[in-house]
Parts: sequence; structure tokens; C-alpha cells
Amino acid sequence: MHPRNKFIIGGALVLGTAGFLMAGSIRDTGVYFLTPAELQAKVAADPTLRETGVKVGARVVAGSVVRDSGGRQVTFQMTDGTATYTVDYRGIIPDTFSDSVDVVVEGRLGADGTFRATTLLAKCASRYEAAPEGYKPGTREAYERAAAETPATPATDTPR
Amino acid sequence: MILVGELSLWIALLMCAWSVTLSFAGGRLRREDLVASGERGLYAGAGFVALASVGLWTALLSSDFSLRYVASFTSANLPIVYKISAFWGGQAGSMLFWCLILALYAALATWVNRGKNRELMPWVTGTSALVLLFFVATTAISSNPFERLEWVPADGRGLNPQLQNPAMAIHPPMLYLGYVATAIPFAFAVGALVSRRLDAAWLGAVRRWALVSWVFLTVGIVLGMWWAYVELGWGGYWMWDPVENASLLPWLTGTAFLHSIMIQEKRGMLRKWNVVLVIGTFLLSILGTFITRSGVIQSVHSFAQSPVGAWFAWFLAGTLAASVWLVSIRLKDLEPKAELEAMISREAAFLYNNLVLVGIAFSVLWGTLFPILSEAVRGAKITVGESFFNSVNVPLGLLLLALTGIGPLIAWRRASFANVRRQFAAPAALGLIVGAVLFTLGVRQLSPLVAWTLCAFVAGTILQEFHKGVGARRRMYDEAAPVALARLVARNRRRYGGYIVHAGIVILFAAFAGMAFRAEHDVTLADGESFTTLDPYGRSWTFTNDGLSQYKVLNREVVAVSLRPEMEGRALPLLISEKRQHVDSRGNPTFQPSTEVGILYTARQDVYLVLAGVIGNRAEVRINFNPLVMWVWAGGLLMAVGGLIVMWPQSERRRQSGYAAELAPGVEVGAA
Repeated sequence: MHPRNKFIIGGALVLGTAGFLMAGSIRDTGVYFLTPAELQAKVAADPTLRETGVKVGARVVAGSVVRDSGGRQVTFQMTDGTATYTVDYRGIIPDTFSDSVDVVVEGRLGADGTFRATTLLAKCASRYEAAPEGYKPGTREAYERAAAETPATPATDTPR
Repeated sequence: MILVGELSLWIALLMCAWSVTLSFAGGRLRREDLVASGERGLYAGAGFVALASVGLWTALLSSDFSLRYVASFTSANLPIVYKISAFWGGQAGSMLFWCLILALYAALATWVNRGKNRELMPWVTGTSALVLLFFVATTAISSNPFERLEWVPADGRGLNPQLQNPAMAIHPPMLYLGYVATAIPFAFAVGALVSRRLDAAWLGAVRRWALVSWVFLTVGIVLGMWWAYVELGWGGYWMWDPVENASLLPWLTGTAFLHSIMIQEKRGMLRKWNVVLVIGTFLLSILGTFITRSGVIQSVHSFAQSPVGAWFAWFLAGTLAASVWLVSIRLKDLEPKAELEAMISREAAFLYNNLVLVGIAFSVLWGTLFPILSEAVRGAKITVGESFFNSVNVPLGLLLLALTGIGPLIAWRRASFANVRRQFAAPAALGLIVGAVLFTLGVRQLSPLVAWTLCAFVAGTILQEFHKGVGARRRMYDEAAPVALARLVARNRRRYGGYIVHAGIVILFAAFAGMAFRAEHDVTLADGESFTTLDPYGRSWTFTNDGLSQYKVLNREVVAVSLRPEMEGRALPLLISEKRQHVDSRGNPTFQPSTEVGILYTARQDVYLVLAGVIGNRAEVRINFNPLVMWVWAGGLLMAVGGLIVMWPQSERRRQSGYAAELAPGVEVGAA
């Protein structure tokens, strides 16, 4: 056989195996990524979706955070403006988690309507700024609204 | 100065447009005067971009809070080093930083080639000016760092404490230097395609640029891993986050290119493939920038839904379309000059190396974009996690590791049985012995066992090469072993620098495999209470809570826990983890509390302590045993050093004398 064909067969074997592994792990570990409103709609259409692992991206409702004094449990409400769910999370709470931040939680919606999260990711603040809706650059209002979301600091931290 | 900076940005825009027009016209009409004018336009554009950057730095250092950017990312009392690094800390500034690097690279590439590659250069200058034009336009129109506020706030909002870390000050510029350097090989590829000068000359010109990009990306990625490890407190250094993946993608295709380029140089094969890799690497670095700024993909990093995203999407689509068209009309000029002759040959090993690297890149891209793809196809966003990336990339990575050992030693064209036996008998034996020893010591997990066996094999091939080379020099020139070693590397930088990079890869893979044995313990300890456990090596550790302390320091309130570790009865340095709440001058909390992890670094493992919280006098802590983590940093450093050795310029005369002492494994039996 021509060496080039041999190479093509070998390459197809390698890529085929990789493709097979990819497809298999998407089937086994791929989870829906939903907003609270989508979760609500999906659960209404298909009640078996409760107790199925999903990821939800939402914003923490201001003032709803109740931390356990230890730091390994927290309950809060998350919302996208349409639907709101109570989240119960056990595990190490990331530093970036607080009121009004965007979070991604992974877990299951229980029969009681509480979302039990096994992972909690909070977006880190002030990396690249988001432009808020109706934002007009340069206005005092825009600046102060943004400032309210990430409070000002006299960051004189010594370099670590 | 700030006004000068803002004006400079607009002038730079005009200069780039001038350079694009004149360079392309000069290339088309073969008019040297137009080409020279285009080059001057590029130099001028680069100068004005630099002037704009000086303007922004002036504003940052003088804390001119009338600029929105300065007010948003600095405060009056921010340490000066973070005022400087705030240049790339936010969206608008980092866009200008992109422009600055690209301008300097493009000017340097044009200047270095002022007396060479004249057929190509008009197109190279024009293409890099076109890319620069896009970036300057995006910055000036849609993300201008010189945007003013209507009034001047008393103080700025400061920088997030998690970003106030030395690694965070240099990690982004390293990545940018790597990302942006992919634009120059791209410009050369376009130049070669347009001018049909598709011989090896353009490859020689881009090889060093590809290396520059590779070294900076390597350093940038490793620094990012280190920052995540010490600052984010989840105990690992890589989580396949879209942002991490975005930096890995051009690194993977760039690595593939640095290998396949050798096949074209020696054998005239893979000519289409190399053009595609160069273009692909550039597109992936644009895609990476797009991913990190457009907000199309959910990530732990917060991204703006900013108008910049749309600009990048159009640029990406336009570049892709133009590249596909350009390659397709030049396919005839890219026919290979040789054919693959045998499966057991260096060409085949390098082909598989490329296949695997691109396969890994594809799977990472697929996993990263899967939420978008699944939404487009099935109407629901589906995400894949760490297990997706690991299940695909562990086997592919191990195959790549094996090829790292095989590729450099196997003969060109067709390897004989004698060649294979001579080159691989000793390393293979070493690998099998190490594997057997580890198995009897109780390592039963398949992937780490295979990984370490292969690591020993590859390390064996590298040691054998150095041993042979040093031996040859000692015989020929009667040099002492250290002198022979130093001269061997200095006179064959490309080859032995490459082996040093490979040694770094071996160390890195060995360290990755160690993480399969990491152990994690969540415990609650009252004052004086202790916790005893076994580490992954089966040794007994006891951690005693030495007590909680609470104090105020500088601008923060700190709660700290100290644990006294003992290993097999031997006392070790205290482990301290802190929770910090930053406060302003009136004692009001600012930003969220942050955690400082405590790490006991040893060669075998890191003991990693995180204070999760406090109940009364009890501390809730997480203790991780992270095997071999130190070797991740060592391997990364070695790779960068090897890359620098390969890159270092070497005079033609030296190179000739170097080859005389070279025992090329491919050449000696190549004819067999």
C-alpha cells in the first residue's frame, strides 16, 4: 500500500477515536445552560427535568444572600428579571461571590423548587467593564451607576 | 499630552490607511517609490500609535480622572506599578495596547526586511498595516481610552485586589505579545501567496516571528496558571475556562507550525498545510480576542457585551473569507515537491505530531464553542465541562508525548530496523523499567502510569542525544565535558534548544499526571485541635490549629488561621491562610473579601490551605495535597528557556562550524 494511504488510515483512526471520545463525553457530561426563565419553561414542559443536572446563569438578587457562619454554605435568590429561584449551595464560596454579581450555578432543581447547586462560579468584577443598558458614555449618571455596582476603593494594597 | 495622545490615534488611523493603499498599489504596479512611501506611512503610523500610548500612560500616572478610563481602573493612591499596568487592565486600554504591540512588530518586520524579500514586502507591509488599521479604527471609534467624563470625580474606582498581583501585571502583556506576533507570519503568508513567492524564503522570514509568538504565549499561559493557582484558591491551575482555552488554541497551532515548517525546509512537503497553519493561528488569536471581549461565551471572567465584539466578528469573517479565496487561487503553486515514502520515518512522525496538535486544538475549540453551536443547531445551550476536555485530550496528549520522543530521532525518508533499534533501544528500556518500578510501588491508575512511562522514554531519548553530542565533541576537539556541552548547545541552537523545550514538556506532563493523585480534605478545627491524614505518598501528616487571629493592617481587616503541620513526626513551617476584607479610609468595606491561600512548597507536592470560614473559635479549612505542582512551573520555565535558545540569532559562520560536529541521527542512516 502507498505510504500516504497508510498515513491517511492511521490519521483517520486517531481522529475517529478522538471524535468518538468527544461525542461520548458530550452525551455523558453535557448539561443544559439555561436562564431562570428558560428553566421555568423547560420544567413546565417536561417535569422530569427536575432532578436533572443543569447549569443556570443568573444574577444574585440584592439582599437575598444568607451565608452560613462557617463559609461552606450559602443560600440566595437568583433571577433574570422573569423567573426567580432560591439556590442552596454547599462548598467553598468563591471570593468573587456577593450581592448582585452574575453567577453560574450547576446542580439540580429539587421537587420543592429550590435549586441545589454543587458548583458556584461568580464572575470576577472589573476585568472588562460591561456597558449597562441605556448607557451613554461620559455622563455622570453612567459613571455613578457603574460605580454603584463596583464600589470605589482606596486600593493601597501592598503588592503581594 | 493627553490631547496629543488622542489626536495621535486619529492621525495613526490616516497613516495606516495611507500605508495600506500605497503598499498594495506599489506591489501591484511594481513601483518602488510607492512601496517606499507605504513603508514610511507604516513607520509614521507606528510612531503615532506610540505617541497615543505615551498620552494614555501620562494620564494614568498623573491620575487625570477626567478620562473615564483612568477613573474606572485606578485611584489616586494605587501603587505606581499598577497605574502602569492599568494600561492593559481594561477594555479600551488593552485595545490600544494591542495596537501598540502590533505597530512596533509591523515596523520592526518591515525594517528588518528593508533589503530582503523585496517581492513580498509591499504585501507584507500592506497586510500588517491593514490589520493595524482595523485595530486602531476599533479603538478610536468604539473603544476609545481617551473618552472624557462630563465632570471630574474626586478619586477613581481603583483596581480589583485580585488583580493587584505581580503575575497579573505581566501576564496580560506576555499573552498580548504572543497573540499579536501571529499577525506578522500571517502578513508574510499573504505576501507569499499574492506574489507567488512560495519557495522556502518566506518560511525563513516567518520562523523567528512564529518563535517569538510561541515563547511569549508559553510564558503568558504559565503565568496565568500560576496566578489562578495562588490567587483563586480552588486548588488547581487549569479549569478549561473559555479564556484559558482562547490562549491555548494559537499556542497549539503555532507549535504544530514550528514542527511542520521543518518538513517543508528539508523535504518540500506540507506546503499547503503550512500556509493554512499560519493563517489559522492568526485567526485563532483574533478569535481568542473576540471570545474574551464579546460576551458570546459564558466564563468566570466577566466580559462586556461591548460593540467591540461586532467589529471583531466582521473582521474575523472577512479575514477568513479573504484567506480561503487567496489560498484557493494559489493551490497549484503549493503542490508538494516530495511524497511521503514510508510510515516509519521522521516525516510520518511529524505528520502525526501535527495531526494530534491540530486534533487537540479542534477538540478544545469545539468544547469552547459548543454552547453556541448547540444553541444554533438544537435551540438549547449545552455546555461541556472539564471531563469533556480531559477525556479527549489525555489520550491525545499521551500520543503527542510519545511522538516527542520518536520524532527527533527517527531517520528521514525511511528508517531502517537498525536505525530504530540503535536510537530507541535504551530509552524504551528506561521507560519500561520506570513503568515497572512505579507499578510495583502501587501506581495502578492507567493514565499516570502510561504518562510517566512515556516521560521516562522521552527523557531517555533526550539524554541519549546530549550524551552522543557531548561524546562526539570530546573526541573531536578534546574538550572537557561541561565545555563540550555548552558549545554543543551554542553551536546547534535550533536542535539542542528544541531538546530543551522537549525536556520542559516532559517535566510538564509528569507534573500534570501527578494531579491524578491529588487529595482534598474539608475539616473543621477548633483551637488546638488536630487532624491526621495520609498524603498521596502514604506518609502521615498531622495539622494542628494554632489558633485564629484577627487584626487590621494597612487597608484591610484580616482573619488568619495558622496550622502547624507535622509530617511523620517532623515539624514543618506554619501554614497560614487569610480572609481579607479591604476597607477604605473610613473603614467601609470595598470590593468583596478575598482569600489568601497558604502553600507549603516541596518538590514532591504542595500542601495547599484555604480558610473557608470561621464559626466562633473553629476554623473551617480545606487542605489539599497537590502532587508535583512545583514541576509545572519548572517545566514551563525550561520550555521558555529552550525557546529563547532556539530563537537566539546565530552567525552563518558559527552555524557551519556547528554542523561539523553534529551527529545528525537522520543523516547517518538516512540512506539505509
